[in-house]
Amino acid sequence: MSADVPKDDAHKHWLVRTKTIRRLWILFIAALAVTVLFDFIVDRHGRFGLDATFGFPAWYGLLTCVAMIIGAKALGTVLQREDTYYDHE
Amino acid sequence: MIEAMPPGLVLIAGAFLLPATSGVARKALVLALPLATLGLVWSIPDGPALTLVFLDYTLTPVEGSRLGRLFATAFALMAFAGGLYAVNQARVVEIAAAFAHAGSAIGVAFAGDLVTLFVFWELMIIGSTLVIWSAGTDSAYRAGMRYTLVHLFGGIVLMIGIIGHIAETGSVTFEAMHADSLSRWLILAGFLVNAGAPPLSAWLPDAYPEASPSATVFLSAYTTKTAVYVLMVGFAGEGVLVWVGLYMVFYGIIYALLENDMRRILAYSIINQVGFMVTGIGIGTQMALNGSAAHAFAHIIYKGLLLMSAGAVLHQTGKRKCTDLGGLFRSMPITTVCGIVGAMAISSFPLTSGFVSKDMIGQAAGDQLLALVWFLLAAGSAGVFLHAGIKFPWFVFFQKDSGLRPPDPPWNMWAAMSLFAFLCIGLGVYPAPLYAMLPYAVNYVPYTSAHLVFQFQLLLFSGLAFFLLLPQMKRTLTLTLDFDWFYRHFLPRLCRAVASRGSETRRRVEHATMTRIRLVLEPFFRFHRPEGILARSWPTGGATVWVAVLLAVTLVIYYWQGAR
Repeated sequence: MSADVPKDDAHKHWLVRTKTIRRLWILFIAALAVTVLFDFIVDRHGRFGLDATFGFPAWYGLLTCVAMIIGAKALGTVLQREDTYYDHE
Repeated sequence: MIEAMPPGLVLIAGAFLLPATSGVARKALVLALPLATLGLVWSIPDGPALTLVFLDYTLTPVEGSRLGRLFATAFALMAFAGGLYAVNQARVVEIAAAFAHAGSAIGVAFAGDLVTLFVFWELMIIGSTLVIWSAGTDSAYRAGMRYTLVHLFGGIVLMIGIIGHIAETGSVTFEAMHADSLSRWLILAGFLVNAGAPPLSAWLPDAYPEASPSATVFLSAYTTKTAVYVLMVGFAGEGVLVWVGLYMVFYGIIYALLENDMRRILAYSIINQVGFMVTGIGIGTQMALNGSAAHAFAHIIYKGLLLMSAGAVLHQTGKRKCTDLGGLFRSMPITTVCGIVGAMAISSFPLTSGFVSKDMIGQAAGDQLLALVWFLLAAGSAGVFLHAGIKFPWFVFFQKDSGLRPPDPPWNMWAAMSLFAFLCIGLGVYPAPLYAMLPYAVNYVPYTSAHLVFQFQLLLFSGLAFFLLLPQMKRTLTLTLDFDWFYRHFLPRLCRAVASRGSETRRRVEHATMTRIRLVLEPFFRFHRPEGILARSWPTGGATVWVAVLLAVTLVIYYWQGAR
């Protein structure tokens, strides 16, 4: 076992090793940046003003998803029950 | 005039033939029937192909149209791939019922009149209920019963609407109409019940995940998409559908985000996807209708694929909750790849079928300058990636290591998955054959740099939101209450409460009444009861004395009267 691989990582599938996950994050962040940078060279011709703003799909996608997750969690506090709830009906 | 038989009848008749065969013959039949149906679907020309006189009406059981052919093609393809997926594992009753269900759906797609439409509509309910019941579990039986009741209710609403419509117009033809009278509102409502529209949407996530792994694949295709078809023919441009559809889009996302059962996540996402189609029908322009039709076609394939991969996991592990699953990519690579392809297609990733179909609806909203609708559709697209595109593959195939190491499923199951995965990518790369089938000429280019940049930004940043909020997404052993709470929890309890309280009240009323009746009867009873003073038998001597007394009294009265 080499010294730079953490103990529990050695037996793991290569895809879930800490090192791979760090690399995947770096790749992902690079991809995010590249897609937004494309806004400089591609005219997305927005129709409503707001959608023509810089990186609109990026920030709109991020914000609406965060909003949907928070909204779902909020609704969940009222409507979620244990999954055995209907078992005795 | 008989020129063509309804193409759906091949599958319906085949359903009765299947149990009578066995072995290789049955397997061959399972694969051949859908292909024969597909051939027949494409042999029907546009316009009425079969007319019948029934009572005072001329029915058109078979009428060819571009839209009907598109849906029937998708239905037949689904029957083939579903048959392949199920052929070695499912009970014969399940495949037979699924074929009857599919055949009836194809019957609806060719129905030229409302009577034929209604007959096939009801046959679909019977077929699908049997598909659910064929799982043979108690939970499937109960869910199937609830499913049937909701759909029979929807069927009654539809029937009342159809009868009213025929009485008002004198026409049985199934054609474009407007929700401008009670009967046409009822027709619309009957259609919407099957589309999974509010408030009754819960029938879908309640029933489908209780069916067997292969049965859920069959079920995902027909009921809701038949509803999309009839809405498209009958109510294109009906404004209310825009808002009904948008509600379904977000309902599906929110409930899927909260869900733990992998197939229920996908069931909620059916409602989400049908929501996009219903919105397109509401917008009603040629672009929007092309979008809804193309999206329905693409959806049948990628949703079938997603449920096949979920079904493969269920078949191999016997587990259905995200909390019990995870890390399966290690031992199920084919299923993982197919699941991811389906997830990318549903998210409209470039090079998949979703990319070339769904955004036509958004484009139509933009063209009509429906700003709010456009922004909501864009948010909905982001939400699709969130709840189905990442959540499903992540929690099933990645996240934590559940320790499960099941192999990929048997060959026929992965062959069916591979076929649909191929179609998802094939239609995404080369959409021309799909566009050629659409009801109107296609004036849409999916692969523009603007569309690609838009979609990559939207999807990747939705993915960022998912992974940033991953702790919030952690699965819990919960379900989320829905409208079905009323008929699964509230109404049964109300009935029980009425029954138990009611019987107590009845007991009291009964007691009080009986007391009063006894009070009246008691004196009578005292004298007339056996051995009571008036019911006793008397000795003859006693009777003679009493007769003598009576005679004496009569004599006294007689003398007293005479003396006056």
